[in-house]
Order: sequence, then structure tokens, then C-alpha cells
Amino acid sequence: MKKLLITLVLVCGFAGAPAHAALRVFACEPEWAALAQELGGDRVSAFSATTAKQDPHHIEARPSLIAKLRQANIAVCTGAELEAGWLPALLRSAANASVQPGTRGYFEASHYVSMLEVPARLDRAEGDIHAAGNPHIQTDPRNIARVAAALAQRLAEIDPAQASHYRARHRDFSARWSVAIQRWEKQAAPLRNAAVVVQHKGFPYLERWLGLRQVAALEPKPGVESTSAHLSSVLAQLQREPARMILRAAYSDDRASNWLSERAGIPAVVLPFTVGGTEQAKDLFGLFDDTVQRLRGTLK
Amino acid sequence: MQRKLLALGVALALSTPAHAQSPEVATGPSLDRDPRLGPIGDVVELREEIKRMKQEYENRIRVLEERLQSVESSKPAAPATVPATTVASSKPTSNAFNPVISLILDGKLAGLSKDPATYALPGFALGAETGPGDKGFRLGESELVMSANVDDKFYGQFTAALTAENTTEVEEAFFETLDLGKGFTVRGGRFLSGVGYLNSVHAHAWDFADQPLVYRALLANQYKDDGAQLRWVAPTDLFMEFGAEVFRGGNFPAGGAAENGKGTHAVFARFGGDVGTDSAWRVGLSRLKAKSARRSTTHNSATDLFTGTSELTGVDFVWKWAPNGNPKERNLKLQAEYFTRDEDGTFDPASAGTPFAYRGKQKGWYAQTVYQFMPRWRVGLRFDKLTSDAVNAALAGTALDNQGHSPKRRSLMLDYSNSEFSRLRFQVNRDESRLNEKDTQLYLQYIMSLGAHGAHSF
Repeated sequence: MKKLLITLVLVCGFAGAPAHAALRVFACEPEWAALAQELGGDRVSAFSATTAKQDPHHIEARPSLIAKLRQANIAVCTGAELEAGWLPALLRSAANASVQPGTRGYFEASHYVSMLEVPARLDRAEGDIHAAGNPHIQTDPRNIARVAAALAQRLAEIDPAQASHYRARHRDFSARWSVAIQRWEKQAAPLRNAAVVVQHKGFPYLERWLGLRQVAALEPKPGVESTSAHLSSVLAQLQREPARMILRAAYSDDRASNWLSERAGIPAVVLPFTVGGTEQAKDLFGLFDDTVQRLRGTLK
Repeated sequence: MQRKLLALGVALALSTPAHAQSPEVATGPSLDRDPRLGPIGDVVELREEIKRMKQEYENRIRVLEERLQSVESSKPAAPATVPATTVASSKPTSNAFNPVISLILDGKLAGLSKDPATYALPGFALGAETGPGDKGFRLGESELVMSANVDDKFYGQFTAALTAENTTEVEEAFFETLDLGKGFTVRGGRFLSGVGYLNSVHAHAWDFADQPLVYRALLANQYKDDGAQLRWVAPTDLFMEFGAEVFRGGNFPAGGAAENGKGTHAVFARFGGDVGTDSAWRVGLSRLKAKSARRSTTHNSATDLFTGTSELTGVDFVWKWAPNGNPKERNLKLQAEYFTRDEDGTFDPASAGTPFAYRGKQKGWYAQTVYQFMPRWRVGLRFDKLTSDAVNAALAGTALDNQGHSPKRRSLMLDYSNSEFSRLRFQVNRDESRLNEKDTQLYLQYIMSLGAHGAHSF
């Protein structure tokens, strides 16, 4: 038995040696995998631990994720405790020294943006709140630009031979991104000051960017499932002060928002939330093209 | 202050290039009169050039803005959008390095149709605290877990269990390496062995109120001991992990710290992966060789002693399913384990000083499934079975005599979790552990987790 194990260990050790030299990026969420791919091109092979159909708060620390993190050169995550329920378990199991927190191979995007909704009081009675602030930073493209600058720099640090490659790609991305932001802002201008109801408080950055006004949330507390009593109170509130639409992320269950949409007579809008959330959100540009498109769809 | 700086920087950045290369200046009348300028084509070219320059400057401004922004946000100061940011800005520094603390509260209300004092599994010598528990209200173990990175190379974790009898037990206290790299981890101290699937799962994360019978009989619920562990994860897309452990041998199924307190060894291998986006699996193989010197077990309030070796071999299997791999709404977990144990040595019933030679095989398995059919609610079903070899006449009537009985049990569980930090559980067992007796066991249990958000392994 022991001999068999040792043989297996040796065989795997040799067979598993890296065959290609592309920088392996373990991204916790699809938007960071897409960003790393934009910045690295063919010098980077990015893997996303989650999909747009998964709630990044609640992920199983699956064996396949340990295996991927074990082989990564850099882990790119949101941070702000978004992955607190699973990433620490992966990091300790994978035993990959180059991606441990505190090393340059561990990158937290939330360090590079201004956090919103930082709670003044930390109490679990307030629901699933995050001490560092709301972690869903990717819904504002200006945050993506900030993270891109920091990530390009970090990629250049851990892969110095390709530093100029990452810088050039970042310059190119940054130019295209700025133009795109102006386009989206222009397209979304008529939405300014529109009142919205959200399923989960996942959109404060989007709201601030486009000037949307969040008037209610379907979750009574962040991360707490909506109850019929709470939904009724939201409905009553909407009858007093109507809202334009109900927003939910692609991974959220549709029952609560559909229920309210029918009764309040306002559309429920599914936003891709991240890359892959809808068919159109194939990359970062598609993500915001489609987000703005879907928001504008409520204007008709 | 930083805001002002940012505003100033942006204003400067915006104003300087505009003066230098403003399109208004470029297309102004003075340019048209310049004799050195050629025909219209050159003007168009010039305009294009200026347009490019303008674009470039705009990009530079943006980069500058981003840099300022990142400088600003990397500072711990709170964003301006939150007026009262006492948490972020006034963190005391003296205890910032304190370990992460979490506290588990656990308690049960049990209804047992048979007296738990008469509990037995015929054919098996049982370790301490392995019965169905007390009748009525009873506090479970309150667990206090503290953990932190020691420095850049080590991680430490300490779990104290405060029992209902007001005793304190060090459940786990170990350090682990962080940066050996190449997939290696070394752990030392007291910890739950990595054999099987459930052995290393803490009680508050169990899917049922009690352990499967095979764990109760062969591992005294969970095997933990003082020792060292080496683990290695292979650099492959298929998850492969191998581990080896050496223990003191102080706890069941070992006992008496034989061979100078290092006579118990274990090895395990785990493999796992995904099937599509909906399913994930893990298979494990494990082997534990425990040396015992006068290991004591209790039977009919007398203490039996065993000296010799126990060799435990196990296979475990876990399958988890969730639509799109998003377990929040609905998910299903299938889990099964099989263990077989060979014991070879001498058995001294009621420590009478007359040990008999004993060699026998004991085995058991369980299979269980837990389904979260809607947010907050889960239902579970479990089946347990044990079998053991018959013993010779000398050992007839002892704990090892199975009296022709194969213990089995069926369990049904329903639990409700208001959040991931609280759980209320109802469980009913149809327990046929004892010979010719059926025990109906009802449990109402609460499990509350306070403090830090612990990450759970698969």
C-alpha cells in the first residue's frame, strides 16, 4: 500500500510538471479572469473559480479548485471577505507558497478602489455584511480601470521578463476602456436618478456610476432570503413611491423579483453582473454593453 | 486632503495639455496664414495628428486619475460616502494581531426509548463517550476556536472544547506550514486524523446529530491524537492529495501510547474533480495502523484491556450536486464510507488479569444523503450497518461477542438554518444497535456559530 502510494506520488510529480510557460492565473470571479486575459493575452492562462451563475459568497471548496490553485502563479480575487467562506480553505489545502496572502502572487482587487457601504456597526444581526465594505466592485467600469492598472503592474512584477508586454497591453486596454466608458455613460444618461429596487445589495457601485437611486432591497438583510412579509412591505412602499425597475444578478433566484414585478407592474431586469452572466456578456466590454442595454430596455 | 489633492492633480492634468495642444489653437486663423503650410491635405493631416495627441493626453489623464485613486484607496481612511466610519478609521492597533476567534454553541434535547446506560454494540469494544447521549436537555460541547497566521511561514489553530460536565479539553492544537511550496504541508500538534471523510470534520459541521455507527465503533466517533502529518497535493487538474501521519497512540483505536509514544501510523490518498458545472466528487482511501498497550474500553461498567495492533482500512466517497454549481438555493450531497478493521493481540475482559489471544475482523459502512430542497431547509436520510467476526468460547459473553447480531440503524433528519451561522435540527433514529432491542431516538439540536466566518472544506 505504502509503496503504491509512493510510486503514485512520484509518477504524478513528474507527469504534472508544467509543459507550457504561460502565467497561470487563478481568478476567484469571472471578471478578474477576463481582465487578466485582457492584460496578459496569450502570455496568460486564466481560470475562473466561479461562474456568473454562482453566488460568489457561497462556493464549495471543491477538490478541482484546490487542484487549480495548487498550479497557479497568481490568485486574483475581489477580497473584502467576499470569498471568506471558501478561499481560505482552498489556500491552506493547495499548499502553494506563491499565492499565499502577503506574497505578490495574491492580489485583492478591492484594495485598489474606494469601498462603498462600509458598515459603521459590525453585527451579524445586520445580515451578511462585510467589514471592508460592499465587495461587488465590478459593476462600475471605472473600478475595473483602477484594478486593471494595479493588476498590470502586479503581472509585470511576478513575470518581469514580460513586463513590457503587460504594460503595452494595459495601455491598449485602458485606451479602449476609456472610450467605452464615455459611450456607456452617454447611453445611460437618461437613466440618471431612476429609482430602482434590488434583489441583493449587489449594485451600489453601478448605482453610483449611473446615478440610479436604490429605494428598496428584496433581501430584508444582505444575504438573508426574502420573506413574504418583507416582499409585501416593499410592494406597499412601491405603491406610495414607485420605482422604475427591479434589478437582480444572473445568479439570483428569480421568484422574489418576478413576484414583485407582476404586482408592482414594473419590469424585473436580470443583469449579467459579471462576464458570462448573459449570452451577450462574453467579455468585459460585452458585460457593460449588455448591462447598459438591459437598463435602457426599461425606458421604452 | 487627499480629495483635494486628487482634484488639484486632475485639474492640472486637464489644463496643461489643453493649453499646449488645443484643437481650437491648431485650427485657428493664425495657422491658416502660415506661409510654410502646404495645401489643404497638410491641414487635414495636422488635424489628425492633433486628434491623436488629444486622445493620448486624455488617456494619460485617465491613468493619472487611476493612480491617484489607487493611492487614495490603498490608504486605510474611510471613503467619503460613509459619514460615520468608526470601524474603519478608529481600529485600535494593540489587538489588531489577535487570532481570529469563533465560538460554537451546541445543545440537544434527546428522547430515548431505551436507557442509554445499557447501550452496547455487540461484537465491538467501545471507546469513551460513544453512546447515544443523555436523555432530556443536555449541553453539547461548546467549542472555542482560535486561529491565525503565526508569521509568514506558519499557521496555528487551537480548539478548546468545554463539555457539559464542566471540563475543558484541548480538542485540537496544531501548527501548519504555509510556504513549504510544491504542494507540501507539514502539521504538528494535536489534530483530527485525515483518515476517512468524516474523521476530520468538526462536530458542528456534521449533517446529523451523531456520528455513523462505524465511526462510533471503530474510531470512538473521531480519531484525534498528538502527532505529525505530512501532506502533498499533486500539480494536476485531477485533484490528488497524499498524506502520512504518525501519532502518539493515546486515543482509541490506539491506547497506552505504545512504542514510546509513536507507534500509530496512518496514510491516506484523496482524489477529486468536477463533472460538468453541477457536480463535484471526492474519493478517499485510508489506512491506520494503531498499536495498543493495555487500551481500555468499557463494557457493563467494567474495563476491558486490549494489547496488540489494530489495522483499519477505509474507502470514502462524496458527491455534491447543485444546479449550475450554485448551492445556495438547492443542493444534494451523497456520502458513503466503508471501513474494515483487523485486530490482533490479547484481550483481557474486565481487566481480570487473564488475557486471551484475540484475532478478529470488524467492519461497517454507512450511506447518507442530504438534500437542501429550498433555501434554509434540508432533509437527510442515513443508513448504518456493522458486522463482526464470531469469537471463540474463551471470549463468549464479552464485548467482542456479537451474539449473532449485526447492529444497524436508520436515521431521518430535518434542519433549518436561518443563516450560515445558525442551525436547528430535528432527527429521529431507529436504532438496532443492541441485541433484540429497538431504540427510538429523537433529537432536537441547535448549533450556533459566533464570531469569525469559518471556511469549510469540501
